[in-house]
Amino acid sequence: MSALSGYRDAENVRRIAAQIAQVELPRPVRFMEVCGGHTAAIYRFALHDLLPDAVRLVSGPGCPVCVTANDFVDRAVALAQLPDVTIATFGDLIRVPGSSRSLAEARARGADVRVFYSSADALEFAKTHPERRVIFLAIGFETTACTLAATLAAAVQSGTRNFSMLCALKTMPEALRTLFSAPGVQIDGLILPGHVTTVTGMAEFDFVPREFRIPCAVSGFEPVDLMETILMLCRQIEQKRAAVENQYTRVVRQDGNPHAQALIAKMFEPCDMPWRGFGDIPQSGLAIRKEFAAWDAAAIPVEVEPAREHPGCRCGEVLRGMIRPKDCALFGKACTPEQPRGACMVSSEGACAAVYHFAAEER
Amino acid sequence: MCLAIPMKLLERDEQRGTVESGGAKRDVMLTLTPQAKTGDYVIVHAGYALEVLDEAEALRTLELFRELGEAGE
Repeated sequence: MSALSGYRDAENVRRIAAQIAQVELPRPVRFMEVCGGHTAAIYRFALHDLLPDAVRLVSGPGCPVCVTANDFVDRAVALAQLPDVTIATFGDLIRVPGSSRSLAEARARGADVRVFYSSADALEFAKTHPERRVIFLAIGFETTACTLAATLAAAVQSGTRNFSMLCALKTMPEALRTLFSAPGVQIDGLILPGHVTTVTGMAEFDFVPREFRIPCAVSGFEPVDLMETILMLCRQIEQKRAAVENQYTRVVRQDGNPHAQALIAKMFEPCDMPWRGFGDIPQSGLAIRKEFAAWDAAAIPVEVEPAREHPGCRCGEVLRGMIRPKDCALFGKACTPEQPRGACMVSSEGACAAVYHFAAEER
Repeated sequence: MCLAIPMKLLERDEQRGTVESGGAKRDVMLTLTPQAKTGDYVIVHAGYALEVLDEAEALRTLELFRELGEAGE
């Protein structure tokens, strides 16, 4: 679509950068993006270089793969050893190191681990392979949760009993509340995830300006989008305001997607959830509702090894925005995209991988 | 992980459809977007359309950037 190329237009980016430079900020500011897609785009388009020194960007816990705790990978690896089990997963998760091994390593040793682009395709696979027990690894935020809810509903409706989900879905609001409540966190503006908000709507995040006085703006994913979002946050600070504004108006509706919300509520319920770097966060996850327990792989009895962290890995601090990737002694040496030791180096959306690939001067 | 891209909806058959972007076609589930119709751009994530893109709004925003440039030059 011709309109969309305009959102990558260098001239538009330059115009907005000039506007940002004109804003009178009372002090240097730090804006946090909490979406891995934003992290990747910020580094890919080198947006850091277009901002005045007074405006810094820092990555938050916005990559679902990165915040998935080791014990989830360990359980998936253990399930993969069971007879007749096929582990179905999104590609992002397959190389995340567990305590002893990743799913890719389990596959190399003979486990049946398959990557699917869509959970709907995994359900089709289960229907055509009734002899396999297909377990889908349900990770992601609200964006992905509604698609998984739709697939789970279809599995229930069709009575496909050889399909189940191991669920570690997470929801954004409580994680942000935990992050901003921690001592020593200094964030002056929040770049809200455009596709999470597409699903949830804007009101979910009203508590951020209300409780923490932090300006927010929902952003699209093109360079022009992100620059405009940064401009909106700068202007809120200049005008001493804190609100949830919407830059991504071509996609995000005020109330989000009601069909998606209804499906999530029908299939899942809020639960406490462990996050890498944060520990357990109350009511920050989604669990499969009791009435659909037959499709919940958490009920499958299996021996899981005790979870261990890799010595020296500082992904947790990276995810909280406390340190930059290069502050970790493993970064680029013992931990690279080819040989990742920590989750933030695995996913293309992880802060460490983004810096490694796109920010040579930071390496 | 929350990557979602705009793709053109070529045809719709109840809950399923075919979308196209840059010459590549793929199947898409339309469960979450009952309002999507042929010719719309939909935002596709993990095999599902999440939302219908508002094309007029996309163009309106770009027009504002252009005015921004004229005002500042």
